[in-house]
Amino acid sequence: MMESVHKDRIDYRNKIHPHKFALWISLGSILMMFVALTSAYVVKRAAGNWLDFELPQIFYYNTFVILLSSVFLQMSYKGFLKGKEYVYKYMLVAAFIAGLAFVVMQYKGWQALHQIGIDLSGNPSGSFIYVISGFHALHVLGGIVALIMALVYAFKLPYRPTYKRKNRFELVLHYWHFIGFLWVYLLLFLFTQ
Amino acid sequence: MEKNSLLIDDEKLLKEVGVDDHFHDHHEGDPYQSNFFSKYVFSMDHKMIAKQFLITGMFWAVIGAAMSVIFRMQLGFPEESMTWIKPLLGKWIVVDSAGVGHLATEFYYALVTMHGTIIVFFVLTAGLSGTFSNLLIPLQIGARDMASPLLNMLSYWFFFLAGVVMFLSLFVSTGPFSGGWVAYPPLSALPQASSGSGMGMTLWLVSLVFFVVSVLLGGINYITTVLNLRTKGMSMWRLPLTVWSFFITAIIGLLSFPVLVSGFLLLMADRSLGTSFYLSEIFINGQALDNVGGSPILYQHLFWFLGHPEVYIIILPAMGIASEVLSTHSRKPIFGYKAMVISIASIAFLSFLVWAHHMFMSGMNPFIANFFVIFTLIIAVPSAVKVFNWISTLYGGSIRLNSAMLFAIGFVSMFISGGLTGIYLGNSAIDIQMHDTYFVVAHFHIVMGVAAFLGMFAGIYHWFPKMYGRFLNETLGKLHFWGTMIGAYLIFWPMHYIGLAGVPRRYYKFDVFDTFSQFAELNQFITIVAVCTFFLQLIFIANFFHSMFFGKKVTTKNPWKSNTLEWTTPITPGHGNWPGNIPTVHRWPYDYSKDGFDFIPQIQPPLAGESENH
Repeated sequence: MMESVHKDRIDYRNKIHPHKFALWISLGSILMMFVALTSAYVVKRAAGNWLDFELPQIFYYNTFVILLSSVFLQMSYKGFLKGKEYVYKYMLVAAFIAGLAFVVMQYKGWQALHQIGIDLSGNPSGSFIYVISGFHALHVLGGIVALIMALVYAFKLPYRPTYKRKNRFELVLHYWHFIGFLWVYLLLFLFTQ
Repeated sequence: MEKNSLLIDDEKLLKEVGVDDHFHDHHEGDPYQSNFFSKYVFSMDHKMIAKQFLITGMFWAVIGAAMSVIFRMQLGFPEESMTWIKPLLGKWIVVDSAGVGHLATEFYYALVTMHGTIIVFFVLTAGLSGTFSNLLIPLQIGARDMASPLLNMLSYWFFFLAGVVMFLSLFVSTGPFSGGWVAYPPLSALPQASSGSGMGMTLWLVSLVFFVVSVLLGGINYITTVLNLRTKGMSMWRLPLTVWSFFITAIIGLLSFPVLVSGFLLLMADRSLGTSFYLSEIFINGQALDNVGGSPILYQHLFWFLGHPEVYIIILPAMGIASEVLSTHSRKPIFGYKAMVISIASIAFLSFLVWAHHMFMSGMNPFIANFFVIFTLIIAVPSAVKVFNWISTLYGGSIRLNSAMLFAIGFVSMFISGGLTGIYLGNSAIDIQMHDTYFVVAHFHIVMGVAAFLGMFAGIYHWFPKMYGRFLNETLGKLHFWGTMIGAYLIFWPMHYIGLAGVPRRYYKFDVFDTFSQFAELNQFITIVAVCTFFLQLIFIANFFHSMFFGKKVTTKNPWKSNTLEWTTPITPGHGNWPGNIPTVHRWPYDYSKDGFDFIPQIQPPLAGESENH
């Protein structure tokens, strides 16, 4: 729909596609939500009545999973650009599987928290971990839906690296990288606190 | 001095120097306006979406204001029987054995809460910035539409959905949420805390989450459109101040509303997942709750991190509209254009550093309060720059005192009156006396309630011809202005005195406080004026809908002799705004009374022998 309105404008004037630009702005908004949550964490911690505990190891391992997934997706994107259809398709599958694995392992992480006696409805220090990582996991699930759409494109349509498809792919790619690095920020935050 | 009128042939200029973007070459039917639903309901045309925002905003304004009339009657005439309104309010009017009906206390609080929520979010955020950002951004930057018309449509429908949920909450048997529009825990966190804290609060939260989605979708679009879709020659420093204000408003919204969502997320967890983010050591009905470790102040921080920028989300669009209207109708360039832009930007920046001035009395460290006092008072600087520039723009102008101009001047007046009391309230020491009194109520109603309404009215009177191809009735417009202006001052000015004496806001009645009985007559006076001012607004609504169909028709493309691009479109522009080429821009929008010309539109290339060009 939008193409009918702005297609030609984009060709002669815009360096960044408005959709991509809009995505970056919304990433800023998502970041603000997590900045708010982590600031709330700092403020609440300073207010006292705070329970200290060790974050289960699995959350650290899981960071590698989501970063690996980002790497796979980047390789898939390179494959897409360079016309390596197999790299494009199967790295996309790998990124998807790693993404799913991340969500499953986050769930295992929550189980590990439960086992050391940290529950959602206990001291806020534990509740924060559940809410922050849970809210992040929701955003990962949103990214997985985007990956599924990318997979449908990759396997259903004949391979053609058009401007439009490149742009669509970049939307998924940027979101996915953002979600990965957001987790790194959250983990570093929780680790240093 | 008689000024020459430049003979401008828009059509010729657009043909000769406009940009041909081949918009109408591949025109396979217009998917936007092909049938009733795609034209009027699920429209993706920014102008139609603007009208949807405006009319929905008007609907909510009537409801929100009517609520204030009802609780003002309680405050002005606490002993009078309200049985006559029972057919409307039903069980919320409690009739005693003597046949005297009183407003139920819980419902009084619900009315106060809903009045605030509705006016702040649905009217002055969606109705003001939603309407004018949508209408003016594409038209004034020379774009065919928003960057994403689909997201734009979704933005309206999320707002609509938020409205439906909030409207439903008014009819829940336990009543709508009644803990104040700020929704502080524990009242908002514990469903058993009051009758409105149950279902009413749940619906309130759901509604506001939809609302935030609407604001974010809209804001993403506004920013992207302004940065990416400006026409050739339209540099940032040639943007009208309206567009600057909408642009910066959208940025503030995108940075602050997500923080509110985070606050709500923790609140929802407290309400339904048993967490204790905001709750600790609470007794309710004599029973101790097992929530330990939370802090209600945490919510206040998160809420006001949005809440304070929110007041600038409300007032900045009104400022932009007033700047444009003042300049056009005084036939003078806006005084200090760059200073205006820098002021908007610095107000926006400072708005993120002052949230805790809403929390001086929450037990915060007085040394931390000092920090917030200083930044709060610094906001007076860019605000004063803007006021100075508005007045300087008027000075020596050939002023046309039409309704739009009157409302813009009224806006400046209200902004000054309300702004000055802000300097008092920004001091944490004075706040010990003033907090939670009618002084605060008077301050924020004047500076962001009435002022923003006046700015919105200025915009409606000014751009109504562009929206509907007809003028609003001027006589009724002037009546509307003088009635609103005088009414608003008569309502809120006395509240300063009541507040200085320490009368607290939000109280149902004051009969147990002998010291406040001296204000009984003043309160009656305020109530009577409030009722009159409310009914006066109905004149505007009648004028609006009547003029839409029967108003005086606009016969020229540029009825106000304005410079901005929206007046180069056809009288009622279709989808895509310009039938042929889109305009190119050769100057800033404020070339009024320049080199002996009354006005020189932005599409006019430099003239021979013209003095310095912006």
